[in-house]
Amino acid sequence: MTGPALETRALAIGYRRRGRPDNILARGLNLSLRRGQLIGLLGPNGIGKSTLLRTLAGMHKPISGQVLLAGAPIAAFSPGELARRLSLVLTAAPQPNLMNGYALVALGRHPHTDWIGRLRHQDRAAIVRALAAVGAQDLAERPVAELSDGQRQKLMIARALAQESAIMLLDEPTAYLDLPRRVETMQLLKRIAHEAGRAILVSTHELDLALRSCDRLWLMSPGGIAAGAPEDLALDGRLGATFQADGIHFNQIRGTFAPDPPPGPAVSLSGAGPPLIWMRRALERSGYSVGAGPAAVEISLLPNGRAATWQLKVNGGSSSHRLIQDVLDALEGHKA
Amino acid sequence: MAGKSAGQPAHRARAGAGDRSTLADAILGLFAWRRHLERREFAGARPLLLLVLPFLLLLLLLLSLALGSASIPLDQILSVLLGGEADQIAWTNIVLKFRLPKTVTAVLAGMALGVSGLLMQTYFRNPLAEPFVLGVSSGASLGVALVVLTAGGVGGALLAGLGLAGDLLLTVAAGLGAACTMFLVMLVALRVQNSVTLLILGLMFGYLVAAMVSLLLYFALPERIQAYINWTFGSFSGVTAAQLPILALIVAAGLLLSTALVKPLNALLLGEDYALSLGMRPGLTRFGIVLATALLVSAVTAFCGPIAFLGIAVPHLCRGLLGSADHRLLLPGTMLTGACIALCASIIAEMPGNNLVLPLNVVTALLGAPVVMLVVLRKVRGIS
Repeated sequence: MTGPALETRALAIGYRRRGRPDNILARGLNLSLRRGQLIGLLGPNGIGKSTLLRTLAGMHKPISGQVLLAGAPIAAFSPGELARRLSLVLTAAPQPNLMNGYALVALGRHPHTDWIGRLRHQDRAAIVRALAAVGAQDLAERPVAELSDGQRQKLMIARALAQESAIMLLDEPTAYLDLPRRVETMQLLKRIAHEAGRAILVSTHELDLALRSCDRLWLMSPGGIAAGAPEDLALDGRLGATFQADGIHFNQIRGTFAPDPPPGPAVSLSGAGPPLIWMRRALERSGYSVGAGPAAVEISLLPNGRAATWQLKVNGGSSSHRLIQDVLDALEGHKA
Repeated sequence: MAGKSAGQPAHRARAGAGDRSTLADAILGLFAWRRHLERREFAGARPLLLLVLPFLLLLLLLLSLALGSASIPLDQILSVLLGGEADQIAWTNIVLKFRLPKTVTAVLAGMALGVSGLLMQTYFRNPLAEPFVLGVSSGASLGVALVVLTAGGVGGALLAGLGLAGDLLLTVAAGLGAACTMFLVMLVALRVQNSVTLLILGLMFGYLVAAMVSLLLYFALPERIQAYINWTFGSFSGVTAAQLPILALIVAAGLLLSTALVKPLNALLLGEDYALSLGMRPGLTRFGIVLATALLVSAVTAFCGPIAFLGIAVPHLCRGLLGSADHRLLLPGTMLTGACIALCASIIAEMPGNNLVLPLNVVTALLGAPVVMLVVLRKVRGIS
């Protein structure tokens, strides 16, 4: 296996301030990013994810330490050489007027073309490949200004692909997209990393998505960055610790953050299948503490063909309900 | 999609060749296919207008040479231009010493102001940016104001009549003022980190210099003020045939430098961060844009006075015409459109068939403001 595409040695990132001590966001970073890997960069707001990405992209000077590109310090590369090795996608896709999708993606060929940006056959082939890879062939001849946020971001990713750099850095590329587009984008990045052998680092707040699609996670917290497989980080509690906040906990079984369980009346829940998951959420949302053991209130899902039927037992009485709302209403009635 | 759209014309060409099997059809089909493929990034734009604009420019050139207070037959003008003599010596003189320099000056000024406006609007990502935002015209006006308003004795006497020597003095003063400003802005451009800082500094510098000019005006004699105001009206007629090569040389240098900036300008359409990630050299680009603008604007301002509106209106008009934000089209486009508009303004200012001559800036503003309004009402295009 070849060496890492991108590597940091004792890197400290932050901002130099005149007359005051430097504002150091993280120090002692020894990270590596390999080709064929999709790495998710996670961390609370304001922890320095964007600063790290900008430092890795050579757009921001480190406080100390080194960023190495294929083993050579990043400062040794000319802007053009750097652009051939490293591409960038930012949170907000620009809205250039009077430009079509093809022209936007074609800008990604800048590091490869002559002084006036003339497109040769291989450039056009790379643009068409990039458009196809993100599934944006139908956007090629449409004005970028008339596209949706998601479509424009797709084109910006295609532009980064057309740049044909070994490394792609993306700063919260899905922030303005709807949920299906976020899932789609992360799957796309995963495919690009694996199939095209790119080294991709993407910062995101989509914990669930990152857990499902990233090969590795970098968890950024005030102490530094913890790197590892998503599952290991979830199991050893570091994932939970990174986003630690009052009233919120990381549920290791479900892999999500949730409000701390309310100290409400206990309810036992039994049965199987998807309806049970949603019933549990409804009960927790309404302030009940859900368990499997015996409790004053028992709810069970009766196997009744295709339609779910809920049986509610309270104080010896029993009733049947079709909708989760009906069960919640009945529970409220008993409480009163 | 890519294969389909590229394949369609080729298929048509094959069918044509099969039906009539003429070589011409195949060649036509091939060209249609090639052009379609090559210009995919221009889909939705009107790049072919670039081939129409030169004809319009030629027409306006002839009009500008033909129209004036003295009516000279067109064939006489043409024979003078081709190196011959007109039937009357006065006609030869009028064409060679007045109309030709005025026309060439208008073309150069239109190109220079249009292109520098484009550079400023793209670099500052601001549709209201214009060549004078860096304070170059303020610097020139300070130079002129210093000469006109403070020169005493012989200088003042010369200026009172605004003779040839007075004109030359004004040109030198404006040029020096512009060059000094340019030098200061360059020093600043090398130090600042981003375009917004430079924009604000340029604007503030402009205000500062304008205040100094106002101060000079406040204490100046009324007849001197008139001479200064005459300069601020702007004119394409002040450049002599002998001075023309200087103007042409500086403008050519500025335009050449602008051409070399086409690629970073296109990258800047995505914003500074993306332009950096595409390999743009930030310092070199900023320096190039400021130097090109300074050359173009200070030369034109020194020789023609502060010409308003062309710089802001021409790029908008050109984007609207070509329907593209690509500087490979916009740069030649703004040169051609700028030259055409400047010629129009120059022709209208002369009020053909009449001895009245309107101040150039009155005409450019009367012509330019409605254009800008139209463009803005149609949504500001090409610049976000």
